[in-house]
Amino acid sequence: MSGYTPHTEREIASMLAFLGLSDVDELFAAVPAALRLTGGTGLAPGAPEPDVLAHLHDLAALNRHVGRDLVCFAGGGAYDREVPAVTKALASRSEFVTSYTPYQPEVAQGVLQALFEFQTLVARLAGVEVANASLYDGAASLVEAVNLAVAASGRQAVWVSQGVNPSWRSVLATFAAGTGHEILEVPLDGGSTPWSSVDESSGQLKRGGSSGQGPGVVVVAYPNYLGCLEDLAEARALCDRTGALLVVAFDPICAGLLRSPGDWGADVVVGEGQPLGMPLGMGGPYLGLFACRSEHVRRLPGRLVGETVDAEGRRAYVTTLRAREQDIRREKATSNVCTNQTLMAVTAAIQMGWLGTSGIKEVALRSLRGADYCRKALLALPGVEPLATAPTMSEFALRLPVDAELLVERLADEGFLAGMALGAEYTGGSGNGLLVAVTERRTRTEIDSFADCFAKALR
Amino acid sequence: MTGADDLQPTSPESAGGRASSAPLLGRDTEPTLFELSQPGRSAWQLRTTEVPELPVEELLPEAHLRQGPLALAEVSERDLVAHFTRLSHRQFSVDLGAYPLGSCTMKYNPKICDAVAALPGLADAHPGAPASCNQGWMGLLVELEAALCGITGMSAATLQPAAGAAGELTGLLLMRAWHEAQGRPRRKVVIPDSAHGTNPASVTLGGYETVTVKSDDRGCVDLDALRRVLDADVAGIMLTNPNTLGLFEEEILDIAAAVHEVGGLLYYDGANLNAILGVVRPGDMGFDIVHLNLHKTFATPHGGGGPGAGPVAVSERLAPFLPGPRPKRADRGADGGVARYEWSTPEHSIGRVHSWHGNALVLARALTYILVHGDDGLTEVAERAVLNANWLRKRLSGTFDAPYDRSCMHECVLSAAALKKKTGVKALDVAKSLLEEGFHSPTVYFPLIVEEALMIEPTETESLQTLEALAAAFERIVARAGDPDGAAWEKEAPHSTPVRRVDEALAARSLVATYDARR
Repeated sequence: MSGYTPHTEREIASMLAFLGLSDVDELFAAVPAALRLTGGTGLAPGAPEPDVLAHLHDLAALNRHVGRDLVCFAGGGAYDREVPAVTKALASRSEFVTSYTPYQPEVAQGVLQALFEFQTLVARLAGVEVANASLYDGAASLVEAVNLAVAASGRQAVWVSQGVNPSWRSVLATFAAGTGHEILEVPLDGGSTPWSSVDESSGQLKRGGSSGQGPGVVVVAYPNYLGCLEDLAEARALCDRTGALLVVAFDPICAGLLRSPGDWGADVVVGEGQPLGMPLGMGGPYLGLFACRSEHVRRLPGRLVGETVDAEGRRAYVTTLRAREQDIRREKATSNVCTNQTLMAVTAAIQMGWLGTSGIKEVALRSLRGADYCRKALLALPGVEPLATAPTMSEFALRLPVDAELLVERLADEGFLAGMALGAEYTGGSGNGLLVAVTERRTRTEIDSFADCFAKALR
Repeated sequence: MTGADDLQPTSPESAGGRASSAPLLGRDTEPTLFELSQPGRSAWQLRTTEVPELPVEELLPEAHLRQGPLALAEVSERDLVAHFTRLSHRQFSVDLGAYPLGSCTMKYNPKICDAVAALPGLADAHPGAPASCNQGWMGLLVELEAALCGITGMSAATLQPAAGAAGELTGLLLMRAWHEAQGRPRRKVVIPDSAHGTNPASVTLGGYETVTVKSDDRGCVDLDALRRVLDADVAGIMLTNPNTLGLFEEEILDIAAAVHEVGGLLYYDGANLNAILGVVRPGDMGFDIVHLNLHKTFATPHGGGGPGAGPVAVSERLAPFLPGPRPKRADRGADGGVARYEWSTPEHSIGRVHSWHGNALVLARALTYILVHGDDGLTEVAERAVLNANWLRKRLSGTFDAPYDRSCMHECVLSAAALKKKTGVKALDVAKSLLEEGFHSPTVYFPLIVEEALMIEPTETESLQTLEALAAAFERIVARAGDPDGAAWEKEAPHSTPVRRVDEALAARSLVATYDARR
């Protein structure tokens, strides 16, 4: 039994008397007797907090985690970036943590204004006019972007670069079973997407699949899963010729240095916001970033905060264009999202405030330099080759002379999380591809030591 | 006699009441981060790395470099702390006062869950690390899955969905995959008219048509009306039980039999699970697919609108279709030692529904909550949530109309229709006036089938003193509405909150969704 319910025995008796009942059980008279649970839930009786904390502590101790056991060179959508004490402290304020969706703006200006600032910061990073107040994760943002772009273009053919994170593509395929979108995955060549390998009118891949028609949506990642920087002008030109919308999956930290997706001509920009102040946390809760050109704002999924005034003319914020949302449009809604990742969006706003104009550029630059230094060190090892030729930013792909999963296991024993083994689609069928990420947190000493252990593990 | 009167000492002051809530929130407008910026100011500090500082031009082709400046903000750490602390003072929360927002289960959030989510062994685990590095996490997820199955009476669960709506869509895709595997795909999903808006929206995204079935005069599914829409083209029905009126669907076994008879599946929307924890289980009622809202029932908490977690539990016949990869207990090693866990994808999996493994740290919080409560504590949660809701329903039954005048479960739906007719004060005005009284508003105008609906869910963590204070606040509002000046005042309430009523029409008509879009 927990200590979180305040009722005393006397109070319970008195409340029951007020209701004309003699037993708590009578409150459930509407539940058919045959259905009443008699054998329990199978759970043990409640345990005191210290005991439960000890149990969770024991489970946590079974993980080999970044910081204590592992120096992190893994990315693939989850990055070991600096999260200062100030971000953790502010994001832990219980006013942000224990409030509900801001349905009553008079008492929710804190969350609403933080979201307004978040939207502004994300729109600036993405280089487009509008950003929403968050979605679940990068994959969810991709799914919603495709839904928006299909609705806007009127065509269900979705051409997706294989440079888009494989997990996100998997999620996209799962939800396409319901929406009926026809997804065509376009394989990479040398680390970038050869859009010319698809026939623009038939959607016929010169080798393999087909979407059956010209694209309504083109999706590309920048940097892509292999860390490569693709020429987005080619994707934009394809969209201009075919009338498709361009969806670009970006990285919010790399965007500190890189030309913005909006500047390249993206119609919708999506991303994983985890690098903006969230811990690795076994993959969640993370943060779906979603931004688009203002012409698409009425199809925007999820919540949007707008500025307005209150009855006394003071500046105020409120969730707006609510007519898009599921609780009003019901079966006509184009998105079902309700609860999103507000606390993560507030966290990201704090983190972006901490990074500021100079910090985000510095973090991106340090990651770029660290990745360059690490890449050169690893490529100097016998049998290690680049997997892609396109320019890279803070993540890069290697072809190894050994199985990548095996190497990752070996290096974990040496205290390094060496990267992510790449799927067969990137390696021509072998298990020898490795994706390595370097953030601003990796020191020269760590990288040197990583390269040494890497060399030994190859033997 | 209300039950509170005969207990001494009884103070009108309470943790959930006026003494510590809305009227104390900060009233001064806070400038945006952008207005606080001063060129050249900064807060960041990074590790010393000693990595060679090559010029960016040597490392990146010029075509890829950002054109023009990227301005975020330029503030000191002190500015940042002051800004977000002041914003937090303009935000109501459960920790500040009672939050009787119907259908949202805004209960107290135990702090131990924050401590668990901050454990470095959990918070600093990379989701893409090999299984050998994440054994503790995988064990945790397997333990949570078993607990959720025990609570719901189901056989297996996916923990991937990031919120309730994501769980709904996952459930509908499971329904679709199952029917397709039977070789008879179907087109329609039945939903009661009292359902949450996410239900029909999810049905559309799941590729189905919504068929709405009306409620009867007792507020439950009209069984005859349901039978008339059931046919071999119905894939299933989505139900919330207790429903959004806070009423238990007494004919659930007949509903289940009727749906199963035409080959359909029953989907349980777990938004209201708090009412029945340890008392009755969806699996025993005949449901095939169940989603849970861990941020509601298990207090993980809400975070101002997420992160949530919406695991989906299923009966045995649907388990082979669950999203993957799933953590699974492997055979013990030859040494018979510590259990080992591995990732596995079910044979007919619908695929991934999350980038990684779901909102993992939210899942860890939920497990913590469940273990602290245990079998007995969870039953106590349901009992006291239902006790509180019924006490409040009866206490307020003379103050507002009770459209369904019978015992409720975890929440009650009252109506301000008579008040509106008599005084012009609407449900919205009641909600706004309650803010002035120091409480968060109830849910209003939902469910749609009740005129001027006030949907009140006190939860089990509010005390009798708080309920008494809340009831007294409602009574004051109704009494004040009887006076023309009082009614006028309430139509403009709240008056002392950080901002007054906001101009929603202006926000939509001339959209300013970023600082850069300001006129």
